[in-house]
Amino acid sequence: MTATQTSTKGPAAGRRGATPVQRAQHILHEHTWVSPLVLLVLSIAVFTVLNPAFAQPRAISLLLQQTAVVAALAVGQTLIILTGGIDLSVGAAAILACMSSALLATNGVLPAPLAILTGVLIGAICGLVNGALVSRIKLPPFIVTLGTLSVFTAITLMLTGGSTIQGTAMPDWMTAAGTRVPFFGLDLNVGIIVVGLIYVAVGYALGFTAWGRRVFAVGDAPEAARLAGISVNRVLLSVYLVAGLIYGIAAWVLIGRAGAASPNGVVDANLASITAVVIGGTSLFGGRGGVIGTVLGALIVQSFAIGLTLVGLDDEYRVLAVGILVIAAVAADQWIRKVRS
Amino acid sequence: MTDTDTKQKSAVLSARGLRKTFGKVVGLNGVDVDVFPGEVLAIIGDNGAGKSTLIQCLTGALVPDEGTLELDGELVSFKRPQDAKDVGIETVYQSLAMSPALDIASNMFLGREIRRPGPLGSVLRLLDSKAMRDRSMEALQQLGIRTIQNPSQRVETLSGGQRQAIAVARAAAFGSKLVVLDEPTAALGVRESGLVIDAIKALRDRGLPVILISHNMPHVWEIADRIHIQRLGGRAGVITPSSHDMTEGVAIMTGAATL
Repeated sequence: MTATQTSTKGPAAGRRGATPVQRAQHILHEHTWVSPLVLLVLSIAVFTVLNPAFAQPRAISLLLQQTAVVAALAVGQTLIILTGGIDLSVGAAAILACMSSALLATNGVLPAPLAILTGVLIGAICGLVNGALVSRIKLPPFIVTLGTLSVFTAITLMLTGGSTIQGTAMPDWMTAAGTRVPFFGLDLNVGIIVVGLIYVAVGYALGFTAWGRRVFAVGDAPEAARLAGISVNRVLLSVYLVAGLIYGIAAWVLIGRAGAASPNGVVDANLASITAVVIGGTSLFGGRGGVIGTVLGALIVQSFAIGLTLVGLDDEYRVLAVGILVIAAVAADQWIRKVRS
Repeated sequence: MTDTDTKQKSAVLSARGLRKTFGKVVGLNGVDVDVFPGEVLAIIGDNGAGKSTLIQCLTGALVPDEGTLELDGELVSFKRPQDAKDVGIETVYQSLAMSPALDIASNMFLGREIRRPGPLGSVLRLLDSKAMRDRSMEALQQLGIRTIQNPSQRVETLSGGQRQAIAVARAAAFGSKLVVLDEPTAALGVRESGLVIDAIKALRDRGLPVILISHNMPHVWEIADRIHIQRLGGRAGVITPSSHDMTEGVAIMTGAATL
């Protein structure tokens, strides 16, 4: 029986006999959010040493305010990447939702709360279009969302003619996400709280419901999921729909943050959200990761932006650092995944 | 088979005249199969003899062109694998059908999760992880699989034999009528195979009939009660490990001898 007792443990799972490196690899493999957490703590520590202003409530408030929109979009991106897909249309969908609700509210077509709801609905429809093309027509997510990126952007420009709608021209409801909420010396806003709630809701659904398990299974082993009686198409469609819904909510947060609705709002959101997801430890191969890592990833990118500015370096150093981080994160993911063999 | 008539009444699954063609290729040319309670029926045959087509027709993965299927004496027809599952026929596929990144309990209950009311009542109900872990361990222990102690362990950390054993346990837990195993020991070493063979024996001892597709003749002769030999899309005959030895069985399978 001694032989069988040890055989239940995987190669790196054995507490005894494993080298410290193997043990670390095992922990990182089990909990994908540990590496981004370590990285975030490190970057905060380093930047604080370089410039103590970094740890002040003002800088931390700024960090949270600047992270909120990308962090929200990255939740949808996380869900899609967990299924083994990718969403390049995330920014375009959010802008379309943002501009439509702003137009409806400004022209008095709809009362502001209904205009916001319509924006959320338009985000959901964008997600549904992506989801239908991916799950029903079986097109690769990369191609589908590359196409809808252009389509959504074009529709936005047709609707707005490319002009920005200032916050002062809109009912107060439209910019309410920017309302300040003091919190223990920090300067938060309604948008940050809404994004926090999105994280709690999606974190719950992913970690504690059957739907969450199926999302992981579909991303990890679609054929196994199908043989187990799971409707892979329906899971995929639901994931893109939920992601679109989140983009629609993020659109409102964006108007509040910017104090205006601009068709050039979050042009680089697709890359920013993918960066946050990847640095957050979610595997681009699907089936592994989660939203805790994603919020940490989004915070890491933004902490680099603020930290490097405080140190006195230009923005190109942030771009450089983020690029290196992304490659390092994917390399780390590959290394961590080696635990299998 | 002189006693076919008396046995026929008690057959769990009974197929008559199954025929399946793929364009001009005849996969099955009118095959009969009977599975009786508590037996291991092995299906052997050369490549292309129609083994896979046959079990796919029995488990809803393929719809036969002609022929009838009776389950406990009642006519049934399966349009999808789910239809067969719904009436208690579980299949363990060669490809294992496991999600490596998920843990053992999640894999055991994949697509059939146990849930309890969450904060929103019946909307987005909570997974009952504890119940799934407990019942996974129960299912494994019932098949005498003792090398797995932690149902929260990810499947990717397990050996091939352990994964296959879990697949068998999952089928046993949900298959109330019949469990079909497609090449369960194909990719396994000697000791690993032993684990799976023991699990199949435990399954049979619980009274659940098993259909076993295998290329491994020693395994077939070790655990099968009856052996159905497929040849060229038809049934060459049904033998037992005591009526024929392995060499004779292989001779029938390859057409060197007839029954």
